Amino acid sequence: MRQRRLIKLVAPALISVVALAACGERNEGGNNTDGGEKKTAKIGVIAPLSGDLSALGLGIRNAVDLAIRQANQNNKVPGWNLVLAAEDDQATANVGAQAASKLASDSAVVGVVGTLNSSVAEQVAPVLQQSHIVQVSPANTGVALTGRDNLASQKRKYTNYYRVATTDDIQGPFAAQYLLGTGVKKVAIVHDRKTYGQGLQAAFAAEFKKGGGTVTITETINPGDKLFQGVVTKVLNSGPEAVYYGGEFPEAAPLSKQLHDGGFKGPLMGGDGIYSDKFIETGGVQGDLATSVGAPTESLASAKLFVDSYKQAGFAEPYEAYGAYAFDAANVIIEAMAKVLKNDTEINEQSRQQIVDEVGKVSIGGVTGQVAFDQFGDTTTKVLTVYTVQGKKWVAKKTDSFTQ
Amino acid sequence: MSTFAQQLVNGVVIGSLYGLIALGYTMVYGIIQLINFAHGEIFMIGAFGGLAVHIYVLPDGTPALVGLVVVLLAAMATSVATALIVERFAYRPLRNAPRLAPLITAIGVSLFLQEFVRLYYFGGGAKSDRAFPQFIGGDPIRIGGVQFDRVSVFIVVIAIVLMVALSAFVRNSKTGKAMQATAQDRDTAQLMGINTDRIIIVAFVLGAALAGVAGVMQGMQAGVIGFRMGFLAGIKAFTAAVLGGIGNIAGAVLGGFVLGMAETMAVAYIPGLFGGGAWKDVWAFILLIVILVFRPQGLLGERVVNRA
Repeated sequence: MRQRRLIKLVAPALISVVALAACGERNEGGNNTDGGEKKTAKIGVIAPLSGDLSALGLGIRNAVDLAIRQANQNNKVPGWNLVLAAEDDQATANVGAQAASKLASDSAVVGVVGTLNSSVAEQVAPVLQQSHIVQVSPANTGVALTGRDNLASQKRKYTNYYRVATTDDIQGPFAAQYLLGTGVKKVAIVHDRKTYGQGLQAAFAAEFKKGGGTVTITETINPGDKLFQGVVTKVLNSGPEAVYYGGEFPEAAPLSKQLHDGGFKGPLMGGDGIYSDKFIETGGVQGDLATSVGAPTESLASAKLFVDSYKQAGFAEPYEAYGAYAFDAANVIIEAMAKVLKNDTEINEQSRQQIVDEVGKVSIGGVTGQVAFDQFGDTTTKVLTVYTVQGKKWVAKKTDSFTQ
Repeated sequence: MSTFAQQLVNGVVIGSLYGLIALGYTMVYGIIQLINFAHGEIFMIGAFGGLAVHIYVLPDGTPALVGLVVVLLAAMATSVATALIVERFAYRPLRNAPRLAPLITAIGVSLFLQEFVRLYYFGGGAKSDRAFPQFIGGDPIRIGGVQFDRVSVFIVVIAIVLMVALSAFVRNSKTGKAMQATAQDRDTAQLMGINTDRIIIVAFVLGAALAGVAGVMQGMQAGVIGFRMGFLAGIKAFTAAVLGGIGNIAGAVLGGFVLGMAETMAVAYIPGLFGGGAWKDVWAFILLIVILVFRPQGLLGERVVNRA
């Protein structure tokens, strides 16, 4: 009895959902032909538009929106009207995959800007690859995404994936060059043996030794530990001028405090894992250093025009850390579209693939510097910034592009 | 030589922390044979109580020494109050239940207290680590080749004073003697006119007060406190109590020092793949296993030594 009543309730609901969905499709189909002489091509965005990281995601969406508006205004892709198709991935991998499927099933979509999180990109890129849709990420720093973590094979992981963001693995060498540049010759290394921390310190050590520096000692700690007296004594007895830490702020902050309690006068330096206000709040000491990929948008000379037009466009949300990169990513796609679509009348598998290939050859002067890609699809302009603790804040100390 | 002396000092500092917490385990176990797994959380909640008073009660610019004393008292009060509530509502109803029931309850209480602090601590919960006020600063004191940072000196001095005071209390006071009697045989002690319920409460209160002090000490030493800090500290202190012979007060202190030394010495002297800070816990627990193989009752765990 109860079951039958449930069916009675559910069946109409299901039918109406199906009907509504059908309506939605019909509407989208209508858009395609609506333009009259101008045909519609869509650029998708997959980023967190809700939740904790939505500030960053909304900045990305707005910046892509701005790029599309400018392209339409200047008739960058003759004969085509560009439209934004933004999807929320909630910073969650499987939600991102669904968003990718949705965009891939829309025949007007030619490219996607996103994602914010490397873990989400792992799910999004293969879906888009199947439909030959180019993906350009403004923010993914996970090295494996382009296949560059396995240099021996020289093979890209996803043929459709590019990024304008600098990857994590540059941070260690960049920090080493910075410390050598400030005259530091003796460094002690502490790390937490996790993938991130161990990789960071190994890359740091290799570059630091190559530049003529000495690693006085390499020590390990456990994630979750807060008391490091034994390690501190060992590190200080080795007489370092600076301590490089591979790991994250929950351990780095108390470690820095205890090192300095023990009489250490130099800085503790780490990667973006310690580049957090929490580090300063929970023990980070004045003068401590951290590297992070990218550059504060305001510090870039090339960014002034972007900042001004973003303000003029009147978006409700600020562009945040990745807006400038998203703007460049969108422009890379638009540039490729201009080359491929100018003679085409419709978007098909072939023209999508041509756009994918064309993005790889693009070289434009962007907001964040020269934008071009290497054989893996990684940006050739590797910009990083060193930050230092000053008062209660991280202050940018030196922004530079990294060269091997 | 100076490295050895320095690591010895480090071992004593960390050992005093372990010892202070271990005393709470051992006293409660001595009297009601309950392994109070929530004791690590009593330690954690003491630190958070101290921090709350520091942030919300003490006016800015309070002299450091006054602040320290107030925070210590607040931490002790928070720990004691929590322990009393836990004892009354979680353990006492199970006083005559099979031993497994209170043990499982203790684990439940431990999880409850952790989550409670995580979700409901002042200012939207303590989801990530909080900075702990630093009352004692300044350059370390150097004597010979060894340096003592000021927080460490404070920790060791206070810990030893408290340990001596507790030992004197248990040995000489009327309540202390009643504790010993209850530990030896609860039923007989009751027949002799000892209010054993009250003695059990005293054991919880003393243990909690020491744990509260230890919480403040760890906060000052590490610079941060977090809702998870009681877990690791609790396991270590429990290990120290077992190492010294659970139920034995001097044993808990000795176990704490031995464990602390073992950890720092492992960091200092074991080279290669299995050396370094990441392996210190492994070596400390190997030491525990070895000692328990040869002395299952722990270092001082013998019936003739006074239990309380």
